[in-house]
Amino acid sequence: MNALTALPTRKDEAWRYSAVEALVGADLDAWRAIDVPAGESYRECLTIEDSESTELRRLRVSIGESARCELFAVIAAGRLGRIEVEVRLAKGAHFELGGVTLGGRDTVREFVTRVVHAEPEATSNQVIRSVHWGKGTGNFLGQIDVVRDAQKTDAAQSFKGLLLEKGASVNAVPQLEIFADDVKCAHGASVGQLDETARFYMAARGLSPELARRLLVQAFIGDAFVALDDEAERERLMGVALAKLDLHL
Amino acid sequence: MLKIDNLQAEIGGTRILNGLSLEVNAGEVHAIMGPNGAGKSTLAYVLGGRPGYEVTGGSVEFIGRDLLDMEPHERAAAGMFLGFQYPVEIPGVSNVQFLREALNAQRQVRGEEPLSGGDFLRLAKEKAGLLKLDMDMLKRHVNVGFSGGEKKRAEMVQMGILDPQFAVLDETDSGLDIDALRIVGEGINAIMRAPEKGVLLITHYQRLLDYVKPDYVHILSKGRIVKTGGPDLALRLEEEGYEAVAA
Repeated sequence: MNALTALPTRKDEAWRYSAVEALVGADLDAWRAIDVPAGESYRECLTIEDSESTELRRLRVSIGESARCELFAVIAAGRLGRIEVEVRLAKGAHFELGGVTLGGRDTVREFVTRVVHAEPEATSNQVIRSVHWGKGTGNFLGQIDVVRDAQKTDAAQSFKGLLLEKGASVNAVPQLEIFADDVKCAHGASVGQLDETARFYMAARGLSPELARRLLVQAFIGDAFVALDDEAERERLMGVALAKLDLHL
Repeated sequence: MLKIDNLQAEIGGTRILNGLSLEVNAGEVHAIMGPNGAGKSTLAYVLGGRPGYEVTGGSVEFIGRDLLDMEPHERAAAGMFLGFQYPVEIPGVSNVQFLREALNAQRQVRGEEPLSGGDFLRLAKEKAGLLKLDMDMLKRHVNVGFSGGEKKRAEMVQMGILDPQFAVLDETDSGLDIDALRIVGEGINAIMRAPEKGVLLITHYQRLLDYVKPDYVHILSKGRIVKTGGPDLALRLEEEGYEAVAA
């Protein structure tokens, strides 16, 4: 079929802060399905670390009753690097997302999630940390839907941005639509710079500004992988992230 | 070892140090005492190279080098240790990682081999023992959740591990109870009392000097040294107050 799919524009809510001009030629229909059967556990670690132009990962995740799905991801490459996740949670299921974006120049790196608590007693936790410099942008658009019957839902979202240079930016758009009354939904977002006092303290112990920055960034993004119970994988993801930091700074 | 000559410094346009001169030779411990606002902490930060503390005149020579021309981390590698009045918390970074990276960064500048993980842990354990600080504290994040006294002891453990040639200790005694004061005092002696080392102790009170006997005591007032004497000067200060003694 020769359908000319119109590219998204910034008027589309899910593309509001994206680099839509970098989408030309991208395959927007390439959604990958992950189905976690009832009672089972699934974990995947994703990295975007090579691409120079645009790299999209679009996942549609269905988590069965009392099942568990954990995604951990680093987006550290691409003019536009974007991981989009749509999740549907059945009763008592859990979804965990730990994500890190890093980037400088004029890159955009973003997580866009939609987590649907479709049945009662499901839980979800999303932790995103974004570190940007140059004219780099990091985004987290996180939507949580709690349907009317999904009582005892416990959903949490945490976003923190760290701007290493003037000109970099981050955007956080939490969006909660809650139609049940007995639920817990927590979300928090903050943006900051490197702690100058800590940097001087570290320098006074002999750490160069580069080493001090690396340690502080490592500590900052570490939050996203606290729930990753696999040390080797955690170190691999950290390595991918910090290598990009070293390269661009 | 450390030669400060007519040092002038300001913060945000306000002059704090007004022509301060002081010389510390190897093997000596000097105490600097003075009322609030005299410029004691400013002196410590200027020697450490803290951003925002602007030197407007004078010179500081450290082991034959121009200290003021060096970046803060270069000063550390050259052998200068700054003990903070308020040690900084660094969430997410363990003491062990922080200190091992700091020590190895200093060793690299000095052209020495990095210390292996095992050797570093042995060293850290020895120095923690000296300050009676539980080794588990060093596995925790830098100063996070430490009490005031624990922070000061941890600061001295850092000094023990980094083994500097010269230490500027800014009110290391504040926030310590009597037992901790003795432990910290003995720690300073064990780490820094050596013929090739020097110490500048900044303090409000005489009590630390019971444990760390200074060779010289200076009174700092309005950004300059107004009086210099032996240990007895600190005792007189305690009895008579700054105004009477410095007049």
